[in-house]
Amino acid sequence: MMQAAIKAEHLEYAYARTAVLKDISFAVSEGEFFVIIGPNGSGKTTLLKILSGIHKPQSGSVVIDGNPLQTYSRKSLARAVAYVPQMIQTDFPFTVREVVLMGRSPHLGMLGLEAQEDLDLAEEAMGITGVGHLANRRLSQLSGGECQRVYIARAICQQTNIIILDEPTASLDLAHQVRIMDLMEKLKKEQGITVVMVSHDINLAAMYGTRVLLLKEGRLLHLGLPQEVMTFETLEDAYGCRLLVDASPLGRFPRITLVPERYMKPESTA
Amino acid sequence: MTTIVVVAFFLLTLLLGISIGSSGKTLFAVFEWLASKGEADPMLNTIIWQIRLPRVLLAAMVGASLSMGGLVFQALLRNPLAEPYILGISGGAAIGAIIGILLGMARFPGVTLTAFVGSCLTLALLLMMTSGSTILRKDALLLSGVMVNAFCSACIMFLVSITQDARLHNIIFWLMGDMGMVGMGQVGILAGILLPCFILFFLLSNTLNLMVMGKETALAMGVNVQIMNIILLVTTSVMISASVSYSGLIGFVGLVMPHLLRMVLGSDHRVLVPACIFGGGGYMVLCDLLARSLPRQGEMPAGVITALIGAPLFIYLLKKAK
Repeated sequence: MMQAAIKAEHLEYAYARTAVLKDISFAVSEGEFFVIIGPNGSGKTTLLKILSGIHKPQSGSVVIDGNPLQTYSRKSLARAVAYVPQMIQTDFPFTVREVVLMGRSPHLGMLGLEAQEDLDLAEEAMGITGVGHLANRRLSQLSGGECQRVYIARAICQQTNIIILDEPTASLDLAHQVRIMDLMEKLKKEQGITVVMVSHDINLAAMYGTRVLLLKEGRLLHLGLPQEVMTFETLEDAYGCRLLVDASPLGRFPRITLVPERYMKPESTA
Repeated sequence: MTTIVVVAFFLLTLLLGISIGSSGKTLFAVFEWLASKGEADPMLNTIIWQIRLPRVLLAAMVGASLSMGGLVFQALLRNPLAEPYILGISGGAAIGAIIGILLGMARFPGVTLTAFVGSCLTLALLLMMTSGSTILRKDALLLSGVMVNAFCSACIMFLVSITQDARLHNIIFWLMGDMGMVGMGQVGILAGILLPCFILFFLLSNTLNLMVMGKETALAMGVNVQIMNIILLVTTSVMISASVSYSGLIGFVGLVMPHLLRMVLGSDHRVLVPACIFGGGGYMVLCDLLARSLPRQGEMPAGVITALIGAPLFIYLLKKAK
């Protein structure tokens, strides 16, 4: 049995007085590709931010690599967990290399002065994510997919065992989506990195996830292998729309197809 | 390399600043004075030590601190158009300073303290207005700042209009940004306040880099954002109020310098912080030099020059940003 990389117990979180997460407990094993899915407003991003120490849960506990979250300092947590936020805009003309190098700062002193070793790590990370040729370009000149890969390069540069990503494929075209998911799978396989990801795209979740957590209205609805969680009944219950679920022609994971209203017979269900 | 250029620019403006003045003593005379260690011409000695040098040093420090103030606000608010003057922080400090002057306090510590209280109050007001859940957009911050600034101007006008004695002329001239009324002692006090602020900003320059990327990214990269916010905002307020209480309201320096330097040097604050100190200092010395040499008779406050350059640039940047 592998050690749990992340263990969450009885997490509760509320914005103002509205409960967002209710009694969430689960564990992510080391080297997993763990995907969190659920409809809008189900608390996916909030859960992700609690796991990465950005939000503090009102009650419940998070254990990272065997140590409770509250025993970490900000800096030591940044050496254990890397967080890739949803697309962020900045008006400041940082170059790609500068942004990727920021990933080294949790390992460096106050001024964050980089040694040759850090510069090498940044080059390597940019190489893995395929943004090496953009190193001297400014972030504002990049496309959405390139930006996302820069932020992933920064997370790799942070050299953590856990990488947490918030919808890394949102607003990307098909080629970029599959490239980013392949990249994360490669990191998991080759470097044993634990990947935790929120995804809007349930087909991508089914294809890449080793396990899937389904949230609805702040509650954990289901947790298990993609083929266990992504059944016709649970998905229709969670998302409240008509779906078809069958096996993907590629392998042992489910394929989800949306059903437009014109294909629905008045009384039929499946 | 570019750092050397910025420092050289700063030193050059210092030299120019002490070489040009109404007494007609020029660059050459100043070189002679430097060579003779001040013994050649007692008249020039007095002019330099008591008039030109304190004025040039004051301008340099004020320019440096206003540029730093702009740089820090732009990073914290993640808005390249933020600046202590435009956001009304300088205005708040000016209200505090005028109240201090009217109460007959000394420049230090009395007026500096009342200016600090004034700038902190306006800063708190501004943050309250913009930190709500709905208004976090860039325009909201600038609009709120413009309103805070307008309100501060009204308060200043009110205070000026109820003042009738000889203090009136002094207040008005000081308000417009005048550098001409200090001695070396006061310059020393101001340096004592500003230098620790500059050092602190340099130590936190990498933290500023991370904070520019947004609160969540900074948190995830190991920055204690809440504490850093407070430290940086309070230090900036100290710096701005100290400058305002000595030099009055000088606008747009905090906009112009960080922008120019960012265009040339990029966004790394570990480079920008020292560059702002030297570049901003040099720029202000130059503006003050223009202000006192352009008019045929008397002098013009330096704030007039900085606004003449800065306001059009602000409009240009605003248009470009859309």
